[in-house]
Amino acid sequence: MKALRDVFGDTLVDLGKTNPNVVVLDADLANSTKADKFAVAHPDRFLEMGIAEQNFVGVAVGLASLGFIPWLSSFTVFFTHRAIDPIRMLVAQTHANVKIGAAYAGLMTGLTGKTHQDVQDIAIMRAMPEMTVLAPADAAEGEALIRWSTEYDGPVYLRLARDAVPDLFDKKYRFTLGKTIMLRAGTDVLMISTGPQTVRCVEAADLLAKERISAGVLHVPSIKPVNKEEIVSAAEKVKLVVTVEEHTIYGGLGGLVAEVLSEALPRKVVRFGIEDRWGESAPNDYLLERFQMSAPRLSERIQKLAG
Amino acid sequence: MSSEKDYIELEMLARKGRWLAISTVAGSGAGHVGGPFSAMDILVALYFRVMKIDPKEPRMPDRDRFILSKGHSSIGQYCVMALRGFLPIEELKTFDKGGSRLQGHPDVTRLPGLETSTGSLGQGLSVGLGIALGARLRGEKFHTFVMIGDGELQEGMIWEALHIAPRYKLGNLTAILDWNGLQQFGWVLAINETHRGDRRDPWSGIDLRGIFEKLGWRCIEINGHDFAQIVPALEAAKASGESDQPTMVIAHTVKGKGVHFTEGKHEWHSKVATRDELKVVAQELGIEEAMA
Repeated sequence: MKALRDVFGDTLVDLGKTNPNVVVLDADLANSTKADKFAVAHPDRFLEMGIAEQNFVGVAVGLASLGFIPWLSSFTVFFTHRAIDPIRMLVAQTHANVKIGAAYAGLMTGLTGKTHQDVQDIAIMRAMPEMTVLAPADAAEGEALIRWSTEYDGPVYLRLARDAVPDLFDKKYRFTLGKTIMLRAGTDVLMISTGPQTVRCVEAADLLAKERISAGVLHVPSIKPVNKEEIVSAAEKVKLVVTVEEHTIYGGLGGLVAEVLSEALPRKVVRFGIEDRWGESAPNDYLLERFQMSAPRLSERIQKLAG
Repeated sequence: MSSEKDYIELEMLARKGRWLAISTVAGSGAGHVGGPFSAMDILVALYFRVMKIDPKEPRMPDRDRFILSKGHSSIGQYCVMALRGFLPIEELKTFDKGGSRLQGHPDVTRLPGLETSTGSLGQGLSVGLGIALGARLRGEKFHTFVMIGDGELQEGMIWEALHIAPRYKLGNLTAILDWNGLQQFGWVLAINETHRGDRRDPWSGIDLRGIFEKLGWRCIEINGHDFAQIVPALEAAKASGESDQPTMVIAHTVKGKGVHFTEGKHEWHSKVATRDELKVVAQELGIEEAMA
């Protein structure tokens, strides 16, 4: 069990040892995002860009044009809200080889509140042509996605939650772009989730089993592109599909699944996530209760739907 | 050093460039004129005299880089690139047409010779900063030029780049401010206020040079339509590539420069010339109608 931000810092340090093209650009949050580990290990390739997120996106594009592999490090909200225009025009429209390390995604951002909680980023980035959108669940998957992104030639948006969650995967984990991962088979209901929320879905499936409800869990680390056939195939086996994400229910994973299944099956899809409201400063447990995203709340909500 | 005779050749190229720009826009039925005309002499100086470039090898690794951050002046850049041999002059007719390499705003994925895409204003200087920084990290000696507009300078993102570039001591980066004093719509002139355009200068009464210098830029102030000032300024900027200060060439220009009825008129920011107007343009620029 290791926090994704520590995985981010440590993996970049390791990549920097073997790949001289890897550079890290910080917008004055390195000690929060743990990009500061790279600053210590590779000071010549750590580029402090100050509190100026639009500029640092452009700088990364310039560096990428010379063959560097720039990793941008900041909070999710400052990419998808403040710097979205340079990401759109300079990065996505030119297919620049820029990696967006978006830390503090979702609700649980270390008591920072709605100003720093980004629950729209999947919807925003998913609508952007040429952008690859990834969201790891745990440490092993996080490391694999950072390594894959560094090898891949093109723009990547990597959605990283702040805090540690129990491990789902181990060192043998291998990432395939677009591929979904069936973690639990189920015959009554299928939960589809992404990021660390998947860990809570697996726990909810255990709780539901005690209530004699067979719940499957499909994990989606690759939000864009995604293997649509795998989602359809998994949904075919159940009557009810529930999407679960630390994100607005509009346009994110829930939107993606609804789009896919309404064209292909269709199947009833219920979206769990943040409804049309902002978050607040509070401990993680409080937030999970308030937005009914903890494993017990998920189990209760699904029992009501399935009952 | 360049001689006066060289400038006569550059002046002729700039007249051709202006003719190609306004006639291409007329052919496409939409496009910009005022900005391309104010930038034209500087573009000609860069492409024909100052930059190390090869139209046959547009991706030559040690080429000097140029980014037109004020991307809506794209037709000006395309016309100069065509005159320089990066594309056939005939291809200018495809400007703004479906499938064309010559998009309304510069598209790096389509036209070799561009360094990035621009159009949404205020972004080009940051990319130039990244290229110059990367060149320093790699030990490359080429120079990076970025042209920004004075209207564009209202964008906050440019100011982010303006304070970061001097921190990295990027002498290999030159920004060129095409200060033509007019933007698309802007503000009306105050009572009794006179200036080279028909609207208010966006930076009227503001000491931009002082601000740039305080931020750490080496400033060279020129008349952006006088090759005897443009060429030495850009060459001096390039010659200081190994210094510890980026250069800002503040070019005082006239929007719509070169034709009497487009000069200083904000409405010529984007406007299509009529057939009769084109005749006047050709006459004033000394262009044989046959070139059309």
